[in-house]
Amino acid sequence: MSSAASSSAETPVKLHWLETARQYRFPLTLAFLLIFPWLMPYEALAVNILILGLYALGFNLVFGYTGLLSFGHAAFLGTGAYACGIAVANYGIGWFAAILIGTTVATLTAAIMGVLAIRTRGIYFAMVTLALSMCVYYTLYQMQWLTGGENGLRGVNIKTISVLGFELSFINPTVKYYVVLAFVATAIWLFSRLLASPFGAVLEAIRENEERAKACGYDVARTKLLIFIISGAICGLAGALNALHLSIVPIETLHYTTSGQAVMMALLGGMGTFFGPFIGAATFLLIQDVASTITSHWQLFVGMIFIAFVLFFPKGIWGSILHWLEQR
Amino acid sequence: MIGGFTLDLILLQLVTGVALGAIYVLLAIGLSLIFGLLNVVNFAHGAFFMVGAYVGVFLFGLTGNFWVSLVITPLLVGGLGLLVERFLVRPLYGRGIDYPLLLTFGLSYVMIEAIRITFGLTGLRLPTPPELRGAVNIGVGFFPLYRLFLIGITAVIIGALWYFIERTRYGLIIRAGARDPEIVQVLGIDIAKVWLMVFAIGTGVAGLSGILAAPLQGVTPEMGVPVLAEAFVVTVVGGMGSLGGAVIAGLLVGIVVAMTSLVAPDMAKVAIFTLMAVVLLVRPRGIMGRAGGLG
Repeated sequence: MSSAASSSAETPVKLHWLETARQYRFPLTLAFLLIFPWLMPYEALAVNILILGLYALGFNLVFGYTGLLSFGHAAFLGTGAYACGIAVANYGIGWFAAILIGTTVATLTAAIMGVLAIRTRGIYFAMVTLALSMCVYYTLYQMQWLTGGENGLRGVNIKTISVLGFELSFINPTVKYYVVLAFVATAIWLFSRLLASPFGAVLEAIRENEERAKACGYDVARTKLLIFIISGAICGLAGALNALHLSIVPIETLHYTTSGQAVMMALLGGMGTFFGPFIGAATFLLIQDVASTITSHWQLFVGMIFIAFVLFFPKGIWGSILHWLEQR
Repeated sequence: MIGGFTLDLILLQLVTGVALGAIYVLLAIGLSLIFGLLNVVNFAHGAFFMVGAYVGVFLFGLTGNFWVSLVITPLLVGGLGLLVERFLVRPLYGRGIDYPLLLTFGLSYVMIEAIRITFGLTGLRLPTPPELRGAVNIGVGFFPLYRLFLIGITAVIIGALWYFIERTRYGLIIRAGARDPEIVQVLGIDIAKVWLMVFAIGTGVAGLSGILAAPLQGVTPEMGVPVLAEAFVVTVVGGMGSLGGAVIAGLLVGIVVAMTSLVAPDMAKVAIFTLMAVVLLVRPRGIMGRAGGLG
């Protein structure tokens, strides 16, 4: 142990500049997100990308970093959105507390779903998470008195928010973007710290070789459950923010097609990369934005582009760029 | 009288459940067959089901004959399956188990949109064939003839598939391929052709269940979306890759839906998924699943 440490100290390895950049991934990402609204055609789109990027980031923790393909993350986005929305619309709870409630409820949902789904392995996991999330979908669909059922939850109206004594207009898209960014930045800072920790190394060990990680003495099942819950919490936060952003929660938020959207965004951007999910969310929403002005059948393009990525660019956009830069 | 219902009503609802389960059985068999051999979870299975219903409606409009449509539909949908396996799924073998799953998920988007473009957004109807209209007395009450026919045809298809896999030379190759594809290849059999055929059979059966379900529920581009989730429940409950498990679990799910509908119609869908959660807690590998699971 000590000899290895001293030998690496004697022969300093020249770090690739990408490695240096990787150490500053949080400030770099934050800097980009701070100027991001000016790069977009309109600010509401920037808010959408920011929130769905956070959703894809949370999903990527399970899919890209741990190698578990979940098709149930809509349940966390959805319960986060519904709990936050119900707190505001039905009970008049303040926006900040409502976000915390949404995140907490999504975390609990992830804990329950995780306990059931972690019992299965491999490809089973995708099917079981999908089916469990549909259970949440149908349950909330039936609870019409609370959730609005088929019509979705309406009236999640937040007009002004007070931050440290200042009254800010939440209707102003620029203000909205930076308020949402404050939450997103906190989440990705925690996310970055988590990946850099020894716990993050265990995740990658599980992804690369589960049996070996187990043989090394790591509790694989508990680690998977924990990561599933953390991932659920991040997606729940994204859901809560989305409820405040859209003022409504459509029932489709809980449907497994929304889980599929997270899968698509993570793969398009680059699974297992830090910044990829935001690139993926931006790509997905820009395709939707552009293609839907031309044709109502924009999902045809989304499907074909996704198939092309699975076949030819499995590293995704950001993953391919990183790979290309590493070769130089 | 049990819980305010007569025994006859309960028995009748039981038969309804079996008829409902028949569709689930067919869907799950196709899914299970493809998984058992190719290790591919076909996320487009619901879309193949939907395409089967549309092809059925189209052929019925062309020929005016339900029976001709019933025979040709699985052949056409299976043919589509052939193309999908050959050109989209095959390049992904050996690249990790998630990739075919992701690809077929993307494919389901393309198939749904292609149907929307061709047939429009509004739903279509496939009338019940005149020979199968009305109801017959089955001892405990009158039961729709078409649903009885569903039970019968499902039994025939299960029997035919069982005979094909367990008793014919081709079935022997399929079973050997499921156990050890490498050895089969060493013995001089083109395993790629076997996989191609199995994918076609699996999707063909999905197409057949689509046309069979069409007279019951109406035909829309989105009809396969919830069906996929329900087919997953059946395969998880029955045990992935097990045909016997698919039959038992399919019927069980159908009966659970029918019985829940009797007591609390709104909770029928929730009941399906609760059943799966219970099975996962008690027996994670499913009723007939192999021990050790599918890592």
